[in-house]
Amino acid sequence: MKKLIALVVSLVMLMTAAVALADVTVGIVNNPPSESGYREANVKDFESVFTAENGYTAKTYYSLKNDEQLAAAQQFITDGVDYLLISAAETTGWDAVLTSAKENGIKVFLFDRMIDIDDSLYEAAVVSDMAKEGETAVNWLLSLNKDEYNVIHIQGAMGSDAQLGRTGALDAQFESGAMKKVVQQTATWDEAEAKKIVESVINSGEPFNVIYAENDGMARGAVAALDEAGITHGVEGDVVIMGFDCNKWALRELLAGNWNYDGQCSPFQAQIISDMIKTLEEGGTLENKIVINEEKGFDAATITEADIDTYGLGE
Amino acid sequence: MKRNFLSRYSQLLVPLVAVLLIVVFNLIRDPGFFSIEVTQNNTGNTVLSGNLISILNGASELAVLAMGMTLVTAACGGQDISVGALAAIAGSVFVKVLKSGGEITGLSILLAFLACCAVAVIFGAFNGTLVAVFRIQPMIATLVLYTCGRSVAYWINGGATPTLTSPLITALGGFIPGIPVPTPILLVIVTGILFALTFRFTSLGIYTQSVGVNQRAARLNGINTVGIKLLTFMILGACCAISGVMAVSRLSLINHETILLEIEMDAILAVAIGGNALGGGKFRMSGSIIGAYAIQALTTTLYAMKVPSTAIKAYKALVIILIVVIGSPVVKQAFGRLTARWRAGKGGVQA
Repeated sequence: MKKLIALVVSLVMLMTAAVALADVTVGIVNNPPSESGYREANVKDFESVFTAENGYTAKTYYSLKNDEQLAAAQQFITDGVDYLLISAAETTGWDAVLTSAKENGIKVFLFDRMIDIDDSLYEAAVVSDMAKEGETAVNWLLSLNKDEYNVIHIQGAMGSDAQLGRTGALDAQFESGAMKKVVQQTATWDEAEAKKIVESVINSGEPFNVIYAENDGMARGAVAALDEAGITHGVEGDVVIMGFDCNKWALRELLAGNWNYDGQCSPFQAQIISDMIKTLEEGGTLENKIVINEEKGFDAATITEADIDTYGLGE
Repeated sequence: MKRNFLSRYSQLLVPLVAVLLIVVFNLIRDPGFFSIEVTQNNTGNTVLSGNLISILNGASELAVLAMGMTLVTAACGGQDISVGALAAIAGSVFVKVLKSGGEITGLSILLAFLACCAVAVIFGAFNGTLVAVFRIQPMIATLVLYTCGRSVAYWINGGATPTLTSPLITALGGFIPGIPVPTPILLVIVTGILFALTFRFTSLGIYTQSVGVNQRAARLNGINTVGIKLLTFMILGACCAISGVMAVSRLSLINHETILLEIEMDAILAVAIGGNALGGGKFRMSGSIIGAYAIQALTTTLYAMKVPSTAIKAYKALVIILIVVIGSPVVKQAFGRLTARWRAGKGGVQA
């Protein structure tokens, strides 16, 4: 019996020690990893940063539905977390919950997506700038200094954030006349449809030297059409291939010189938020309310194996 | 004799007119639209290319699905809306089996195809059971798989978009060295021949038709109506497997979210354009196949015309309304009365 009590006491002490170590409790409300390759990487990133080893106790909740997310956030507030990290399904409806968080002294960080609320309701937001992602890609394209730019532009699902951001910068070039729009067509993220669009341009005989596809899959479809028609592409080829998302397989195409550029809307925000929490815990103040996540763009000429391991999504 | 021939094939009139309209429109717009060129692709094969090849090639998945959909429609008087989701599952199984084995060989591709075919037929049987045994309306019964199918595919893929690297897969979705015609076109021809042989040497066609026309009469005549309905769904499952494998092989990639997305609607449309009664009964599979090519020809035409992204679906809808209205019973009857009057008038002059 004594032994048992000793065991229980030591266990309790151990647990208290563990609690003392993991002194910061964070409640993470995110979209589920099944949403996309981007989200999968995003969720993994948060799981790898907010760990017990790094001094955190993390509670997570994933849903695509705003009302479920709101309920989960409310539950986290009741549970008494120190910080609330939110990537909201919708931009509206968060006032009441976040006001309640503030009243309870819980600090809120937004990541990936902004929410329509008063600035005072959150500490900082780490978000992606979709428009900047397009600009980075288009600036890279301009840096090639080609004599002429005849662009096939394959768009994602019309109206989605990624499509709007990736289209905007290129549209500006079409309007200014710096680049010529051979065709601008949506394949709604569908690889096979992208192939059909490029086939139709090849069949029309119109010259082109750039394919700007708004994700990796559609770039792959476009390249398949070029391969079947015997048109060379990539670093040594006639046609410049540009994709987005940085799937590992796509970056390997870059490394092999079959593609030229791959842009990424970075899913890695956890470390930035963790650093900010550390600053606050040490009594410091945050410099910026809104932190724009650095958008990566990879060039076939400079990409390395290490880049693929670090930044590539998926397998 | 001529009348007999005409009435036998009158069902094909509408899909053929639809194709003809698109062809004529394109020839006026661009006389070189259907020209076929011989080129060399990046792997060094001599291949055919051109819009005609693109249409025939691009419609392959749809054509195979339309064949299966015709049977289900005829026997059950309803449509399967889960074909895209089921093709996604089949494609995922195909990739999963190939990736779990070692090097990709002809044999492993065959095994993977048989595996995904088996899975798809089982899912088809599931749909068929709901429809035939539990007598649930086909659209509602297949709504189950339509809703969860891509999630199942997601689960099989482990949430990623797995890719394959093998010249054999590239050949399966593109060109077999030495053959200038895209492999998917050959697969459609093989599938078509299999169906033709089945109809020639078994009573599947006539049984399907009689179940669709009058289920009770069919049962009283000793036809196993439940079995026939179940069989049509299982055959459609096999068709899903074939088109899933085709779609995967084209790009050596499976993306459960986008693979053959919304193809169920096009497959149903192909059956409708083919002049088949969506309420079941008499059917003509060749009509659905022509319908499938008409739909792809329309899409290719819109791409060639550089119709803006935001408007492409609206244009497609306009043409589809036109085709479906031409094929509607009301217009057909009116047309029939008109020709009858014309014939009578001509007869009167001669007398």
